[in-house]
Amino acid sequence: MDLAILWFVLIAVLWTGYLVLEGFDFGVGMLLPVLGRKDKERRVLINTIGPVWDGNEVWLLTAGGATFAAFPEWYATLFSGFYIPLLLILLALIVRVVAFEWRGKIADPAWARRADLAIIVGSWIPSVLWGVAFANLVRGVELDADHQFTGGFFSLLSPFALLGGLVTLSLFLLHGAVFLALKTDGPIRAEARRLAGYFSVAAIVLAGGWAVWAQIAYSVGWTWIAVVVAAVCLVGVLAANARGAEGWAFGLSAGAIVAAVVLIFGSMYPDVMPATDPANSLTIEGASSSDYTLTVMTWVALILVPVVLLYQGWTYWVFRRRISTEHIPEPIGLSWEKVRSAAFGSGSRGAAAHLDLTVADDDTAAASSGRGGGAERE
Amino acid sequence: MDALDLARWQFGITTVYHFIFVPLTIGLAPLVAIMQTAWVRTGNERWLRLTKFFGKLLLINFAIGVATGIVQEFQFGMNWSEYSRFVGDVFGAPLAMEALAAFFVESTFLGLWIFGWDKLSKKVHLACIWAVAVSVNLSAFFILAANSWMQHPVGTEYNAEKGRAELVDIWAVLTNNTLLAAFPHTVTAAYLTAGTFVTAICAWWMVRLVRTRRPENVELARDVYRPGLVLGVIAMLVAGIGVGISGDVQGKIMYQQQPGKMSSAESLCEGEEGAGFSLLTIGDLTNSCEGVSHELKIPYLASYLGTGHFTGPESYLPGVNDVQEDFTERYGDVDANGDPVEYTPNLFVAYWSFRLMIGLAVFSAALALTALWVTRKGRVTDARWFSRLALVAIPMPFLAASFGWIFTEMGRQPWVVAPNPTGIDEIRLLTERGVSTAVSPGMVLASMILFTLLYAVLAVIWFRLMHRYAVEGVPAVVHDESPEARDDDDADRPLSFAY
Ligand code: HDD
Ligand code: HEM
Ligand code: HEM
Repeated sequence: MDLAILWFVLIAVLWTGYLVLEGFDFGVGMLLPVLGRKDKERRVLINTIGPVWDGNEVWLLTAGGATFAAFPEWYATLFSGFYIPLLLILLALIVRVVAFEWRGKIADPAWARRADLAIIVGSWIPSVLWGVAFANLVRGVELDADHQFTGGFFSLLSPFALLGGLVTLSLFLLHGAVFLALKTDGPIRAEARRLAGYFSVAAIVLAGGWAVWAQIAYSVGWTWIAVVVAAVCLVGVLAANARGAEGWAFGLSAGAIVAAVVLIFGSMYPDVMPATDPANSLTIEGASSSDYTLTVMTWVALILVPVVLLYQGWTYWVFRRRISTEHIPEPIGLSWEKVRSAAFGSGSRGAAAHLDLTVADDDTAAASSGRGGGAERE
Repeated sequence: MDALDLARWQFGITTVYHFIFVPLTIGLAPLVAIMQTAWVRTGNERWLRLTKFFGKLLLINFAIGVATGIVQEFQFGMNWSEYSRFVGDVFGAPLAMEALAAFFVESTFLGLWIFGWDKLSKKVHLACIWAVAVSVNLSAFFILAANSWMQHPVGTEYNAEKGRAELVDIWAVLTNNTLLAAFPHTVTAAYLTAGTFVTAICAWWMVRLVRTRRPENVELARDVYRPGLVLGVIAMLVAGIGVGISGDVQGKIMYQQQPGKMSSAESLCEGEEGAGFSLLTIGDLTNSCEGVSHELKIPYLASYLGTGHFTGPESYLPGVNDVQEDFTERYGDVDANGDPVEYTPNLFVAYWSFRLMIGLAVFSAALALTALWVTRKGRVTDARWFSRLALVAIPMPFLAASFGWIFTEMGRQPWVVAPNPTGIDEIRLLTERGVSTAVSPGMVLASMILFTLLYAVLAVIWFRLMHRYAVEGVPAVVHDESPEARDDDDADRPLSFAY
């Protein structure tokens, strides 16, 4: 097989990994205000993805890096062309990352609410925008003969693209809800299952409508298979969820996302970036790197991707236990007052609680006489 | 300002910002791994307390390093699309390898380490932090491979039809001598940064505890903070030597590969044998040679840094005027748009960033040497001046590393891909030709403002958290939470770590 085509497929695989994995952690983030009304409940939700969200996000970095390496022209045109959506995604991801790690570092309700807001907004924005971006790749964008993007930001907001945004949104909400039903216990689990029922109906309508539109307006015959698979998977999620087969529901919602990526990449082929004027489309051949680079990268990817899958799979196994509010310890962060009053130097302000740090009486004398040698080992 | 200037400012701001946090992660991850190894091997609780303490600081820092790194990955395409088209065939490969070989490992195993205290056996858990420590260093290797290629393009041919550089030898790119010098230099700089950080925090705590004169506090200082300090000092000494040696090698390589960078670092206008290293130079900021006057010189040192010779014809350093003349002859005096090109980097920036990078290391050296002295033979100290010195020293290696990058990158200007003097002439790119054409100045300005504001907020929070957690000190009690230390098998027991 032609290496450039192999890489087109590999990039689709990397995006699949990203959307399937980060899809559920976006879903969990979006559902924070709905399923987590008390702080402990929110912490249950956040901790279901705690050990894995960072590894999930790296699939995006790898998809980006691999696009740069294998299709530099695509990387250049896509990221300079989709500047504003990408900027918004980046800002969202930044606040989301720090909110996860820093939320528990300060034990204060106001702080936790701010961190939650960052997680929520940071999950909603990309969930919509990835759909908008991919729908535009299916539909084709305005490129000139040099493959420079010439449409403005608003040209990216066609009804088809906006519907695409709702598709990823509904898929990720569904995926997150079935993930939570699988990973939690107690009231959250029941509530997540209930929501998953609604979300699967929404996903069937939105994704189904969009897929048929995409299929008729922009795609080729064989991708009907993907549309059918997606439909079967989504109906399957609905059924499995109703029966309480949570593992199946999760597997099938992942399957729907895989089918969506197949539809998207299948309809783009043989372009990586279809243009509204087909003469200007950026093709796989036109965008790809040299054979040598592709060969090197093929070896690297074929060796490393399976290894990554192995150890990431192991992580999921290590953290396979369901969690519920009983498993959540009391907050271990410092109080807000402490963080605000922190000051190096003074003994009393911000003292570690378990130590008595009042300075000894002879201190001033010791300091001014310059006696610095200090206590020696007896 | 046009899109070019804005894109340059944006890249400079976001990258330097990313690199404030990067050195601490690169250096602290191995130090925490060493602490945890000491705990697993000796069973001495002091090492577990230190592991938990510095581990928490590492995590606070890691988060922001990751968050700012994501931007870097996409910025080449967003703001530097023409650059990406030109170099992608070569440059994308190390970036993708970095993600596949390093980012995946570090993010996955960090998650395992944070949440795995009670789930993984002691040895496996320890292996996780080592996986993180190794992979953050590996990520530095790959990103520096990409950067070194921009400083010194090798392993590449020019494809005239596509107008781009194409990879012909990946091995040459991964063993680029620029890289083999820059990698040890950067990671030892990172160990120096982290060593200073650990030493300084332990020093501050030691003084604070000993000043209370309470036996239990003095004992804590001696039992926990002193060993932590000694570990930090060892890291600083080893790294400091490494930084010096690798920096010296880099100077010689730079003289061969980018002579203009060396001469602008010296603000040396006309070529000279036995050139001195000036400690103070006064210029009129017009970036022209007329205004420059050197005060206070260390004789012959600049020649030695560049050539390895103090005097004689071999010690000849070309001046910026010679480089300008040479480049004009080879590449013309106008760019593709017919505008005149200046082949001289900003002299003021190059000169001072080089001096600050080297000069600020003095603080770390002072801290390491005094720490050795005041803790000699098992001593602890209550000397205030020592804890003040420690606090002053903390930011210095961070600043030095930033100045190192500012020098490396701005000293390369006007090139973004500097021509390799023994390579193919077509493999070169002026920075102004690398910028995205499809992006308007307004968009770049808007994104720059947003990033800068967001980064400012995050920097404040980062600083407060780091600061406050450092002031909190090592935990009072630590439990061995590993599965082998537990006799219960209660699935409903609370998680030992949760966000
Ligand atoms: C803690 C930080 C730190 C310290 C104390 C030093 N450096 Fe450095 N230097 C860096 C941090 C750094 C850096 C950030 O790591 C750079 C930027 C790129 C690189 O590879 O290292 C750098 C670049 C850099 C370069 C430019 C390489 C190039 O452009 O290709 C030279 C010549 C030196 N250094 C030389 C030195 C010397 C002779 C030092 C004195 C002992 C020194 N550095 C101390
Ligand atoms: C692989 C790593 C790196 C690559 C590929 C890279 C690439 C670039 C590019 C494309 C520019 C734009 C040209 C310009 O603005 O002049 C630039 C500028 C700059 N970079 Fe780097 N860089 C790398 C690492 C770093 C790091 C780690 C730092 C420091 C923390 C840094 C500091 C800067 C600065 C300060 C500028 C602005 C220089 C100027 O505008 O004149 N770079 N770099
Ligand atoms: C300008 C080019 C650079 C790019 C594109 C880049 C990209 C990234 C990305 C995407 C991440 C996040 C990884 C994650 O999610 O786990 C990251 C983090 C990291 N980067 Fe950079 N980076 C650049 C410069 C550098 C340099 C020059 C170094 C080291 C010398 C470096 C060292 C690291 C390390 C150690 C991390 C680990 C996370 C942390 O910062 O704490 N990066 N970088």
